[in-house]
Amino acid sequence: MKELIRSLVETTGPSGYEMQVTELVKQLIKGTADEIKVDALGNLIARKGTLKKGGKRIMLSAHMDEIGLIATHVDENGFIRFTSNGGVFPVYLLGSRVRFLNGIEGVIGSESDSRDQAPAMNKCYIDVGAKDRESCPVKVGDMAIFVRPFVDLGARLVSKALDDRVGVAVLVETMKQLKDTPHELYCVFSVQEEVGCRGAMTAAYAVDAELGIALDVTRTGDTPKCTKMEVALGKGPAIKVRDSGMLSDPKVVRWMQETAEKEGIPYQLEILDAGSTDARMMQVSRAGMPAGVISIPCRYVHSPSEMVDYQDVLDSVKLLKALLSNPIDF
Amino acid sequence: MTTKNMAPLIEKEQIDLLERLSNACGILSDVGEIRKIVLESIKPYCDDVHVDALGNVLAIRKAQQPDALRVMVAAHMDEVGFMVIEKEEGGLFRMLAVGGIDSRYLPGKPVLAGKDHIPGVIGAKPIHLMKKDEMKNTMELEDLRLDVGPDGGDKVKPGDPVYFATKFQQVGPSLMGKALDDRLGVASLISLIQHTPANIELLAAFTVQEEIGLRGARVAAYAFNPDLAIVMDSTPSYDLPTWDGSENIYYNTKLDAGPAIYVADTGTLSDPRLLQHLFKVASENNIPYQIRQPGKGGTDAGSIHRQRAGIPSVSISVPGRYAHSPVMISRFNDWKNTLTLVHTALAEMPKNILQRN
Repeated sequence: MKELIRSLVETTGPSGYEMQVTELVKQLIKGTADEIKVDALGNLIARKGTLKKGGKRIMLSAHMDEIGLIATHVDENGFIRFTSNGGVFPVYLLGSRVRFLNGIEGVIGSESDSRDQAPAMNKCYIDVGAKDRESCPVKVGDMAIFVRPFVDLGARLVSKALDDRVGVAVLVETMKQLKDTPHELYCVFSVQEEVGCRGAMTAAYAVDAELGIALDVTRTGDTPKCTKMEVALGKGPAIKVRDSGMLSDPKVVRWMQETAEKEGIPYQLEILDAGSTDARMMQVSRAGMPAGVISIPCRYVHSPSEMVDYQDVLDSVKLLKALLSNPIDF
Repeated sequence: MTTKNMAPLIEKEQIDLLERLSNACGILSDVGEIRKIVLESIKPYCDDVHVDALGNVLAIRKAQQPDALRVMVAAHMDEVGFMVIEKEEGGLFRMLAVGGIDSRYLPGKPVLAGKDHIPGVIGAKPIHLMKKDEMKNTMELEDLRLDVGPDGGDKVKPGDPVYFATKFQQVGPSLMGKALDDRLGVASLISLIQHTPANIELLAAFTVQEEIGLRGARVAAYAFNPDLAIVMDSTPSYDLPTWDGSENIYYNTKLDAGPAIYVADTGTLSDPRLLQHLFKVASENNIPYQIRQPGKGGTDAGSIHRQRAGIPSVSISVPGRYAHSPVMISRFNDWKNTLTLVHTALAEMPKNILQRN
């Protein structure tokens, strides 16, 4: 799966501008779905399987978009001011490199020479090497992403946009491996998650499912002196119990736990203080549906160098495949 | 510009309409004065008009050709203002802000209270009696009172709306008045209904409760379920010199720079296909435009695009200085170009605009 993940994270897709990822995913899932369409906001929705006894209409969601920046002003000397597109932490800005959708690359600098503290976003600028406003190849409103190559550390993988291309990879791989399912699956590769799960909201309305599962990353508590959290890299997929946007349906949590235990797949339970996923929108769409999340543990979330454990990724596929292979009795 | 796509002009009649709309008062869903003007202006032109459960005016003007795109255009009728919450003695009342209001704007401002527009003033301690230290402090709304005098005291009660009392005026190239946010949009949308391009089905929504959370637009979009949506609003312009003479890099928009097109704000990422269409139409027809600086703020599009299975949306605003204060200053030319851009964009909208490659 490493090449699959590499191809996904190396593709550009800031929130609202996910088209390149959409095209790639279309290629990747070719032949694995019964019907594929792209909806009004850009969600890629692939239907797989038809309802059989004990089956449900299930919406699965992994978001294609990644966090990025938007140009807000080009000054007279050609420096670009910017704001965030999704949750960008100022601490990761200085020294970062970015690429605009037109291919232009730049570096981030800040007004102050002090390097003791992270500057606020409005004190930073992007330098694309332009001499003045007129010759600057970027204009107000242009979107950029962070640039950082994919690194294979063997057991662990590092890249920008693992949030949530690794979730996309898990869903793609599951679609490929899943040969038989009693369910009608709606595999949604969603847009605009990083700005408030907007794509999942409208996709959930359209799909009108009976059960929702999101595939996304979650932070960990296994790095030096970090905020405590009972999730670590390498201990298996995390089954979400709650985050700041939702409480997973207890039936779904139990179903995921029991399936993992039966299949001998390691897992951890996730309780996340801040952050949420597409599942929160599925849960309250229309008349509501039970929803849960399989989270891939990830260090340095929303930095240009996110890290996941490769075995966790493989086990996430295994768990999702097992969940979808059998009838559901709740 | 070709005559077939001739945009509606803004002449004395339209300025007079804007004046009436600006001077009319309405907060939240309590926008009867504005709704009355809207209804009388659009009724002869519409195939269907009704007022929905929340108070939105929903009007349909059908296309002159089959299988036309169904385009929702929205402008909000409500303005920022206040609500009376408690009666004190001698014609004094405590108030609550309705919508985003900077309390530093308030002391000494004339206002109108209730349905009958009882005149009053937002009172504060005069400078004669003010101590030096006090002058450094901002007076919050809870420290201020509506003063309608002893006679007015019996005519105002808790729950009554309170509005800024500013009268509209046209001064040279400028339009000055209260509630230009978003009566400019309302006036534009009325013009669009009166001059709807033949190729589209116009679903016009004059919305309520925009200033307190885009609520009217939410149900309007659900009801219309359009193919796409354009929101016409007003956006702040802070295009003033900086005190230290450095380049102003946070202006949001600039007066006289044309319609402000939104790429991204707190609530919406504008649909890239609609953006490309607007840029193309503007450049081909020599209509000036500016990109509103991406960042905070929002319009009804924030509600509209999330309804049902998703509605591609974009917003276009007339820039104005001193937004949400007793008086905003906008430019006639920016308004004219905004109306021309939206009208031309509709008239030249290809039927396959939403088709993906």
